[in-house]
Amino acid sequence: MNRKKIQEILVKNILLVAALSTSLAIGLIVFFLFQQGLGIFNEYPLESESVIVVNENVSVKELSAFEIKEINDKIKTNWNEFEGGTNEPIRFFTDDKIGDDEMLMDVLRENPYSIASVDADEWKEGDKTGLREIPVPKNSLTSLLTGKFWFPTAEPVMQLGILPLLLASFLITFGAILFATPIGVAIAVYLSEVANPKISKLLKPLFEILAGIPSVVFGFFGLVVVVPFVQKLFELPVGETALVGILILSVVSLPTIISVSEDALSSVPHSYREASLSLGATKWETIYRVVVPSAFSGITTGVVLGIGRVIGETMIVLMVTGNAAVIPEGVLHPVRTLTATIAAELGEAPFGGVHFQALFFIGCVLFLITLVINLIADYLISKHTQR
Amino acid sequence: MENNLSLSKGKINSRKIAERVIFIFLRLVAVFVLGILGIILYFIFSEGFSVLSIGFLTEMPKEGMTEGGIFPAIVGTGYLVFFSMLFALPVGVCAGIYLQDYAKQGFLVKLIRLATNNLAGVPSIVFGLFGMAFFVHFLGFGASVLAGSLTLSLVVLPVIIRTTEEAVKTVPREIREASLALGATKWQTTYKIVLPYAFSGILTGSILSVGRVAGETAPILFTCAAYFLPRLPNSIFNEVMALPYHLYVISTSGTQIEKSRPLAYGTALVILMIVALTNLIAVILRNKFKIKQ
Repeated sequence: MNRKKIQEILVKNILLVAALSTSLAIGLIVFFLFQQGLGIFNEYPLESESVIVVNENVSVKELSAFEIKEINDKIKTNWNEFEGGTNEPIRFFTDDKIGDDEMLMDVLRENPYSIASVDADEWKEGDKTGLREIPVPKNSLTSLLTGKFWFPTAEPVMQLGILPLLLASFLITFGAILFATPIGVAIAVYLSEVANPKISKLLKPLFEILAGIPSVVFGFFGLVVVVPFVQKLFELPVGETALVGILILSVVSLPTIISVSEDALSSVPHSYREASLSLGATKWETIYRVVVPSAFSGITTGVVLGIGRVIGETMIVLMVTGNAAVIPEGVLHPVRTLTATIAAELGEAPFGGVHFQALFFIGCVLFLITLVINLIADYLISKHTQR
Repeated sequence: MENNLSLSKGKINSRKIAERVIFIFLRLVAVFVLGILGIILYFIFSEGFSVLSIGFLTEMPKEGMTEGGIFPAIVGTGYLVFFSMLFALPVGVCAGIYLQDYAKQGFLVKLIRLATNNLAGVPSIVFGLFGMAFFVHFLGFGASVLAGSLTLSLVVLPVIIRTTEEAVKTVPREIREASLALGATKWQTTYKIVLPYAFSGILTGSILSVGRVAGETAPILFTCAAYFLPRLPNSIFNEVMALPYHLYVISTSGTQIEKSRPLAYGTALVILMIVALTNLIAVILRNKFKIKQ
């Protein structure tokens, strides 16, 4: 008897440990994701081996990564366009014209109002007279979330703004859900209310097949069929566009929307339907005025879960949307989402570097977005079941 | 009076007609989506079927992956499926049993469910990031079968937990009570009564998970998948080729994309067949299971 009791306790604890595995996994994911991702705020948007140096008569106190890009691209050519700057033209030098960083520093000394990116070791050991290091602020939440450029390997400073990626993800998710919601709900209504139960029993596994097709196969299909089709239809230079992503992802999100909505519709009590029908309403009027409104929170849950499915999708967008990390100009242009950026760049980013951390930061943003989506879905479900 | 009657008759008719039009429209929407499914399957089957041969399945890739077969990718996916199920299945089944049969409703169960739901919603690429930071670097497994299968096991863990819960839930209370009344302990009841009864349900969930693992790409990108390997892995610390990653590689980044296109169709077909097979088995099991009840 005693041995049995010990065994009972042992078993219960082993099962408990297994049950805690998902909590442990979530904890570890949060820790490792955020450890790398939040590290970005301690880093400068510079490669560790370079500093930005100016001639000492430059009066500007600080330059952001974006401002240095503007100087580099000759968008801003006068120091008075910056805070604290005087009315003098900017002279921007790069070491690829001059060759040697020691010579570059001499050039900076000789040219008033000049600026250049200098090798950090050279700067540490070299002669600093007449020169000044200009501080570049660390990456901040605002610089990352509102920066309009994503050029993580740009010289002399990296542009780590994820706004173009965020907008691309939102555009594709919004577009896909816009298509998928009416279609998905229509099919759910058909399966649950309209179709002969035998037929709907036959059809349901077919929609499950759609859910089972791996995303890489969808991506491949998009690449060989939908991309050329869209390219021809709209006479585009390239077919890999946001539109292809939207079209395919709307199909991918359908099974989620259909199955959750269908569950919600079929759990509406029969008495509701009978009451409506007995008042003389037609079947459609009953569906439209009684059944769908009663199942509304369930249908919303399906749509919310569909959003979660689409925003996290990686392989399809990586393969068919053209991978251009610019602010989307429209659905007929190439874009790159948050997920595709991680997939495309993590392999090339050196471990622990600024670029690597920026990609983990994107992972944190994605994690938080899907967390919020899941919490909303959980809330809707609990509301639904309470009723 | 007569006038009124005919008016309301007309109204009823128009309502009936509207209903029929709408129902036809709903049916068309369903047919349209099934048509899309048909087109996808048709394209991949018609283009991929001619590529399928014993050689394609059993040979190494040749000529920069424009000729030859996909044998190492099949083996690699086999390894990943085997090891990820080895890790996820016992943990997931135990967790499912705990949640249904052992746990008392309360804060802890709420927390576990919340974690499980959220784990199911984590984007697959985030699993890839985590796998790379934790299994590959922190635990030092390197890009390997071990790191890849552990990452994949996290992806399917919520699925296995949920299907186990569903299966355990269907075990009638009378049977449990009968067992307990005969003096069996709770564990004996679980082990000898509940588990055998729920077995086919759990099996269904596991088989669906196999399909999921075989098709996932994003979690293995940085944890185990190799672009090309001239030999098969000989330990779990080796990198592997895998079917979904192979399809991604030869359809997007090969040097001669057009030349390797037939192979890509073939690979896509093999992946689809694995998934279709797992789904089919799951459906058959589920139906059998329902009849038994």
